[in-house]
Amino acid sequence: MPRKKIKLEHSVEYLSILDEKGKPDKDLDPKIDKDTLLRMHRTMLLSRRFDEYQLRWQKQGRIGTFAPAKGQEASQIGSIAAVEDDDWMVPSFRETSVALWRGTPMSGLLLFNAGYNEGGEIPEGQNDLPISIPVASQITEAVGIAYAMKMQKKDRLVVSYFGDGATSEGDFHEALNFSQVFNTPNIFICQNNQWAISVPREQQTESRTLAQKALAYGMPGIQVDGNDPLAVYTATREAAERARKGDGPTLIECVTYRLSVHTTADDPGKYRDEEEEEKWEERDPIPRFQQYLKDRRILRKKDIDALEKEIDDEVKSAWDEVEEQIESLDDPLVMFDHLFEERPAYLEEQRQTMKQYREDNDG
Amino acid sequence: MAELTMVQAINLALEQEMEKDDSVHVLGEDVGVDGGVFRVTDGLLKKFGEDRVMDTPLAESAIVGMSVGMAIAGLKPVCELQFSGFSYFAFHQLEGQAARMRWRTRGRYNVPMVCRIPYGGGVRALEHHSESREAYYAHTPGLKMVIPSGPRNARALLVSAMRDPDPVIFFEGKAIYRAFREEVPDEEETIPLGESQIAREGGDLTMITYGAMTHRTLEAAEKLAEEDGIEAEVIDLLSISPLDDEKLSESVRKTGRVVIVHEAHRSFGPGAEIIARINEKSFYYLEAPIQRVTGYDVITPYFAREQDYIPDVARIITGARQAMAD
Ligand SMILES: Cc1ncc(C[n+]2csc(CCOP(=O)(O)OP(=O)(O)O)c2C)c(N)n1
Ligand SMILES: [Mg+2]
Repeated sequence: MPRKKIKLEHSVEYLSILDEKGKPDKDLDPKIDKDTLLRMHRTMLLSRRFDEYQLRWQKQGRIGTFAPAKGQEASQIGSIAAVEDDDWMVPSFRETSVALWRGTPMSGLLLFNAGYNEGGEIPEGQNDLPISIPVASQITEAVGIAYAMKMQKKDRLVVSYFGDGATSEGDFHEALNFSQVFNTPNIFICQNNQWAISVPREQQTESRTLAQKALAYGMPGIQVDGNDPLAVYTATREAAERARKGDGPTLIECVTYRLSVHTTADDPGKYRDEEEEEKWEERDPIPRFQQYLKDRRILRKKDIDALEKEIDDEVKSAWDEVEEQIESLDDPLVMFDHLFEERPAYLEEQRQTMKQYREDNDG
Repeated sequence: MAELTMVQAINLALEQEMEKDDSVHVLGEDVGVDGGVFRVTDGLLKKFGEDRVMDTPLAESAIVGMSVGMAIAGLKPVCELQFSGFSYFAFHQLEGQAARMRWRTRGRYNVPMVCRIPYGGGVRALEHHSESREAYYAHTPGLKMVIPSGPRNARALLVSAMRDPDPVIFFEGKAIYRAFREEVPDEEETIPLGESQIAREGGDLTMITYGAMTHRTLEAAEKLAEEDGIEAEVIDLLSISPLDDEKLSESVRKTGRVVIVHEAHRSFGPGAEIIARINEKSFYYLEAPIQRVTGYDVITPYFAREQDYIPDVARIITGARQAMAD
């Protein structure tokens, strides 16, 4: 037969557990324990309020450009809460909720956003990579780390984050292909927040879903309601089980929305209408999750009020801490640190030149 | 004549050339609806439509690779890479294809494309948004590398670049995008690629610079005149490759003393090549070792300390005084 069909049995599952009013599908509810649920909620709320404060501080010039996570808290927390603390985490540049969950102090994030390299330090014991700005480039590193875990027979997997726009970069495709070929324990979390700066999801790719991109590499891909922390959690949990069993990687597309600016240097008024934003405001992951927690009597209105107050104090005192820290960080000679294990002579000479110059000019 | 910022002047060059030549296409991330993240391409989509002003998916390699193909087949693409820090995603297309196509096909194909790339620091941006790595491109045979220093020469250089039969890397200094305005005539102006300009005349010292650093260098030259009575000649290179050897030689032979100022890293930076050229052509005219005032050989620090990295007026003056020492 010169022509025949090659049968490909491909489909992409869509998973949603909480409806828009916060009512769960009882059969699908992952029954997360109460402490974890409360911690998830707290971190989502903290991330939201932290974003809001940072937007204000950015306008006042206290910090520089940053990318708010607003709207994507469920995608971030639902996924990271489903893996172990000693698993690896490889972020892009918008994973504030994830960073907070992992234990990165707010003061560190603030210091980073205030333009100090010291803010990029990864706390000891946290298996996290630093913020990666070149879109999609971190995904290949995530595969390398996962391969190392496999070679060293460590029971650890790697969760990596990126956006819808990132799926257009070669690095994304190369990473997924390598991961499947080398059967590495990776979970790829694509936060499809509908926009890559001004380019809408429909213009980024003609594929119906982003999850289906995995299928080309022989990898399972699943699409979940990214504003539903239970759905994201469940999908990630399943992917983690598979990865730990040696069954390889998974791509999870979290359908969510960037409720805020791309970064503080961006003006969404130029390319999207408020109606769309309002539509997604109604699907805000935080009130929805709160409703679920209230219905389960895990959280009461007055707990939320108390938590809001606590978080407010926490964020403000993080800034106070940073302000104090900044005063001790006026030495620009640190720019010569951490380039190599040992500083070569030519670089030491440049460092001495800067030092001398500063002394001569009362720097 | 209108007083324009560099953003507006580049926009004017694009608009006029697109009007004149319908083979000119603009493509890149966010260049259409958004008008570019720096608004350089603002209004072009409305005027020329989405076939000629293309909002591409997020993939630098494809943006450049597609431009190479378009150029081979008779279009004149002007692609934008959002920041020089992301141009490396497309480096293999620039080095392996754009730069080599004419050479590889023995002249059968050429690649008349322009790759516009914002570069440089000073705008309190994030990592990868502040580097000055023009040396990568100037080091690549088959590419031309130009860097304007203000609205008027940006407009003229871009017109020349768009008409050039070969690939041109066009760096735009973010720090001077909106820092000042200049009179830019409505009627067309061009500056031949490979030609530098004398930004200030003087006979005591030659200061060689380009791009955003031109302004700090000019400021330093004024201070040197006031405080030391030194009259410095400031050469604004405009083209990093090809270098204007002739103008450099002329000035160096007149002054015998040279300081080079660039934001780029010191080692293997443009200054190193300029010194070599001067040594080759005018060594016996030199009265003192040539000085370099440059960025350090460190990754450009996050913005709280970027001004300690970028040469400032005081550092330039120090370098100039060293060049004047006996
Ligand atoms: C390689 C690269 N190209 C361009 C940019 C500039 N840029 C920063 S974020 C962004 C859009 C990213 O979209 P997406 O992947 O959907 O992530 P989101 O910002 O929506 O979280 C662009 C073009 C970059 N950081 N890296
Ligand atoms: Mg996106």
